[in-house]
Amino acid sequence: MAYSEKVIDHYQNPKNVGTLDKSKANVGTGLVGAPECGDVMRLQIEVDEATGVIKDAKFKTFGCGSAIASSSLATEWLKGKSVDEAITIDNMTIVEELNLPPVKIHCSVLAEDAIKAAVNDYRKKNGLPELKFEESVIH
Amino acid sequence: MLNFPIYLDHNATTPCDPRVVEAMIPYFTNSFGNAASRNHPFGWQAEEAVDYAREQVAKLIGADPKEIIFTSGATEGDNLGIKGVFEMYASKGNHIITCNIEHKAVLDTCKHIEKEGGEVTYLKVKENGLVDLAELEAAIKPTTILIAIMYANNEIGTINPIREISAIAKKHGVLVFTDAVQAVGKIPVDVNKDGIDLMAFTAHKMYGPKGVGALYVRRKNPRVKVTAQIDGGGHERGMRSGTLNVPGIVGFGKACEICMNEMEEETKRVSALRDKLQNELLKVEESYLNGDKEHKLPHVTNISFKYVEGEGLMMGFNKNIAVSSGSACTSASLEPSYVLKALGLGDDLAHSSLRFGLGRFTTEEQIDYTIEQVTNTVNKLREMSPLWEMYKEGIDMNSIEWAHH
Repeated sequence: MAYSEKVIDHYQNPKNVGTLDKSKANVGTGLVGAPECGDVMRLQIEVDEATGVIKDAKFKTFGCGSAIASSSLATEWLKGKSVDEAITIDNMTIVEELNLPPVKIHCSVLAEDAIKAAVNDYRKKNGLPELKFEESVIH
Repeated sequence: MLNFPIYLDHNATTPCDPRVVEAMIPYFTNSFGNAASRNHPFGWQAEEAVDYAREQVAKLIGADPKEIIFTSGATEGDNLGIKGVFEMYASKGNHIITCNIEHKAVLDTCKHIEKEGGEVTYLKVKENGLVDLAELEAAIKPTTILIAIMYANNEIGTINPIREISAIAKKHGVLVFTDAVQAVGKIPVDVNKDGIDLMAFTAHKMYGPKGVGALYVRRKNPRVKVTAQIDGGGHERGMRSGTLNVPGIVGFGKACEICMNEMEEETKRVSALRDKLQNELLKVEESYLNGDKEHKLPHVTNISFKYVEGEGLMMGFNKNIAVSSGSACTSASLEPSYVLKALGLGDDLAHSSLRFGLGRFTTEEQIDYTIEQVTNTVNKLREMSPLWEMYKEGIDMNSIEWAHH
């Protein structure tokens, strides 16, 4: 199975690899997946408190090339979006953008879950109720 | 000059040696006869070529040519050997002993036998990948007819103590079958010294063509018989019908002859390269050797690089270097290697493994390049790995509630 050019590009030149200070109130962290399953994604957002806009996003991922590419792409899309807009990112748009084959769809689901987890972490820190999401179907 | 891609997956298959191809060519065109055509020169020529190849194959494993049954490959050999004994010796018993890191061709054959009313014991291997002889002996019952244990494992390269296994089997009057796909042609295998009754092997793992293999079936002390699984013209002494693949068999014979003549030299050269690769890669922090260090094929090593995932790792260099991984992502089932899990490795380490299979045409330059590429990619991916960061910060990963999916 060959990888799409976009996956290869994100793998070779991942965007926004790194760590934000999770102790800050305006940083939300989402850690999803499990080492036993072969993929763990940590996605962080830093929110501009005045505007509610995500001014920075970082990731670290343990996983295959498609998982790395999905998280790299997610951080790119997150920057500049409001927190409310962030949760509208759908895994299928990641699949389409990266041309992921069916066996790799779970990588995009993981990225979507990571975004939601990061947003909820941010909300929790800021006294907002956590959002309830429907369980992702594909796992 | 390095030519890309570099092939380090010789446990999956090997290229044909050019000398093998050369030997095969006439049997596609001029000497195309059916070896079963007894009444004209075309048939005689083919038969003669097959007889010669049979001798070459037999010689490599210390067998008599009459004990060689040509097959389409080792999967067929595994099926014929195990199912054939199960059916032939049904009056004697229905119990088979095997182990949990056998190739799927053996495991799935055993599963089939269970459906047919057979009883199968799947021995757990030790942490080093070897069968425990005491456990093996303890598993033998009055109904046991066959012990089916692989000579060497395809993922980790560990070599089982076949002689000790067959000595135990002999003591209890049980037959020994071995899948020796990875061993024949790589290390000395002698069916008499090793006490083997049935043995499956294949040409394409030893620089011969794909689509041809053999099942060794002992004819003396004891005389072993198998029930045919493919019915037809009664070829191969009735044990395997079907027109013989003459060019394939000729190539298989030539491949065996080359292995016989060059094994000693080749083993020295390849194992030195393997040792270099293994030693250098084990210098990488948090890298672990899978399988026994000593009882191992000369051309294989299997290493886990903790906190990086195998498929992601391969992606860093798989345009230029071909290896394989026990990671789930590389399998259709999304389950990590059952062989590595059977060694007691956690799923995380199984996901992080790479298998390197060196071969006849592997050069030192290729190995040096591989060491560099693998090391660099591991380092690069660890920079990207949240698990590596946690490890470095001293966070106990077992304390985290992972969202298993």
